[in-house]
Amino acid sequence: MAQSQVQKTLSVPEIGASLAFVGTALLCLFIASGSVDPAYSFHIYIFAAASVAAIFAIGNRYFARPAVIPQEIDGKPNYNMAPVQFAVAAAVFWGIAGFTVGLIIACQLAWPALNFDLPWINFGRLRPLHTSAVIFAFGGNVLFATSFYVVQKTCRARLAGELAPWFVILGYNLFIVIAGTGYLLGITQGKEYAEPEWYADLFLTVVWVVYLLVFLATLWKRKEPHIFVANWFYLAFIVTIAVLHLGNNAAIPVSIYSPKSYIVWSGVQDAMFQWWYGHNAVGFFLTAGFLAIMYYFVPKRAERPIYSYRLSIVHFWALIFLYIWAGPHHLHYTALPDWAQTLGMTFSVMLWMPSWGGMINGLMTLSGAWDKLRTDPVLRMMVVSLAFYGMSTFEGPLMSIKAVNSLSHYTDWTIGHVHSGALGWVAYISFGAIYCLVPWLWNKKQLYSNRLVEWHFWVSTLGIVFYISAMWVAGIMQGLMWRAYTALGFLEYSFIETVDAMHPYYVIRALGGALFVIGSLIMAYNLIMTVRTGEAAEPEATPALVPAE
Amino acid sequence: MSLWNKHAIFEKNSIILTIGILVVVAIGGLVEIAPLFYLRSTIEKVEGVRPYTPLELAGRAIYVREGCYNCHSQMIRPLRDEVERYGHYSLAAESMYDKPFQWGSKRTGPDLARVGGKYSDAWHVAHLANPRSIVPQSIMPGYAFLAQAEIRPEQVAGHLRTNSLGGVPYTTDQISNALVDLRAQVNPDSPGVQALQARYPGATVRAFGGNPTAAATGTVTEMDALVAYLQVLGTMVDFRTYDARANIR
Repeated sequence: MAQSQVQKTLSVPEIGASLAFVGTALLCLFIASGSVDPAYSFHIYIFAAASVAAIFAIGNRYFARPAVIPQEIDGKPNYNMAPVQFAVAAAVFWGIAGFTVGLIIACQLAWPALNFDLPWINFGRLRPLHTSAVIFAFGGNVLFATSFYVVQKTCRARLAGELAPWFVILGYNLFIVIAGTGYLLGITQGKEYAEPEWYADLFLTVVWVVYLLVFLATLWKRKEPHIFVANWFYLAFIVTIAVLHLGNNAAIPVSIYSPKSYIVWSGVQDAMFQWWYGHNAVGFFLTAGFLAIMYYFVPKRAERPIYSYRLSIVHFWALIFLYIWAGPHHLHYTALPDWAQTLGMTFSVMLWMPSWGGMINGLMTLSGAWDKLRTDPVLRMMVVSLAFYGMSTFEGPLMSIKAVNSLSHYTDWTIGHVHSGALGWVAYISFGAIYCLVPWLWNKKQLYSNRLVEWHFWVSTLGIVFYISAMWVAGIMQGLMWRAYTALGFLEYSFIETVDAMHPYYVIRALGGALFVIGSLIMAYNLIMTVRTGEAAEPEATPALVPAE
Repeated sequence: MSLWNKHAIFEKNSIILTIGILVVVAIGGLVEIAPLFYLRSTIEKVEGVRPYTPLELAGRAIYVREGCYNCHSQMIRPLRDEVERYGHYSLAAESMYDKPFQWGSKRTGPDLARVGGKYSDAWHVAHLANPRSIVPQSIMPGYAFLAQAEIRPEQVAGHLRTNSLGGVPYTTDQISNALVDLRAQVNPDSPGVQALQARYPGATVRAFGGNPTAAATGTVTEMDALVAYLQVLGTMVDFRTYDARANIR
């Protein structure tokens, strides 16, 4: 650290990162010179441009920053919230973009003319754009924002590293841009929720390792002896996603001049790897990470302690142990060996318990504070998210039972189930956290309008109800039509008759999606007005009086 | 309660917590995945399954690129209605050279595991270009642009070589003749047809995309490739001679 004589010099990370970016830019130019695929060249040039921009950003930052960035100011941690602010803004942007693409593809299924028979915007390319945008762009930025916020606050320490947090946030968003534009240009490895090709995967690996290091190094700076429970969940999410990403994306590129690669696994083994990954993207990205959000923001907002510390221990270990086994329930009655299917089903049913452990711990935290639901729509949103979490983690085990799955698999019931979790649980807990974070981060007394939060809540809840009930009816109906027999023992319906029967439900689903998009636009307006016109918050009490979080 | 206090070791040490998480999440994956690589019953030996021809492989890449798996499965379950609708249930061996697997998880459209030979090439070309001209209620996007796009010749061999690095048994002969075989498969008059069929037993040779004059000049379109891929799906195993009991041990 700085001595008394403060002389501004380039720090080691600044020099190292600049050199690394110079090297990356040169490597990109070398690859671009040999590429025959225009879409790939486009991506390589984006990487080169980003490297050059990063060098300039480091330079600019050097001239703007003080010689030494203090870890504490007046005995209070000098929190690094700028990367968190960026991630919150990115989450809102990507959320609206991802929901809108979802609405577009919902409309394409109802009115196929909307594909316009063009390569770049047909359903097959837009659907991965939707899933990646909502899961990885929206959800990912929410996780980055909240994890960087929570780890600082609960450790009472400034985020580790100065450039590293920015590299994580900006690098991840660059990955999103590469992945998303890649799908539209036809670059995909064709594995659900893991569509980005080898070079994007490699880049994400680097970003992710830095993310883990920033998170761990911040934990090491903590002033509390205990690591707060939310951070266990964040750590499980970061570590496990790294393992899953590496296992599922083991691929050999055709050449460094080609975007195309082939997965080293094939057939059955690839299927098992894929759903080991796929289901645990749900389990660790969309569950463990968001449970971490719940463990910080619900108690904070309700101003109550977490209901049960022991329950959090039991359900944490049980959840991460059981989730990993659940993947094969995506492969019931397939060519995957029966023993693996049975294991997947058994552990999926058991998973119901730790899932509800999390829900109970969240809901019971409101003991003695339930009255706040009447006055605080943000808290209400988070509580409803826990209700949706409980519902979809009951529905999931139900659908994983082989007999139920024989009906539900391949139908829209699955789509409805995913969305009750994704919209009801993941998006709602995210909205709750964002509504909390924006006034805190931009130092405002409160949100611009609680009435607009009410509108967001009711409009989007109506949207979710339309969405999932339409998909329940569509999915169960189509499943029953596929297996219907006439009295003479012939299949009753041709496939296309079952497609035709879906139309009204696809229209209702699109309506539900539209309401959800409108809700998110209301949120964005509310947040922008909070930042622009909100009244500044009172200065906080002296840090010595702030209780441990 | 002393047991609860013992948990403090995880709460006070981030590295122990990280290792604990890694151990706990490793168990399920190891138990479910590792045996699939050594249990012989996972993929039974079946007569007839061969690696894709260069044309079929190129078609498969287009299938992947356009995200067909988002709406079409390639996995017939052993359920009465599925077997009657689509044909014999899918065998593990039938996708043993598939990188990545394309079993899919949604049937917005029908299963395609045995679509090969079910319709004519002309049906596929017309249907891909404008699905609603053949099936009025269809909600599938149109893919007329495939007929205009050529398969780039530079990396045809590279695709086979990469697959062989990943364990698909392509011979050096197959890899070095990849481009010749690609062009021969769309041109029945080509002198290379016999060699192609020797290298890939059972491969069919036609102007799949419906443009024989272009095919004769060595122009291979994405439509040729995709239709060739669709036409081979599910046809490699001859179920008149397949004995489901042969592999029961």
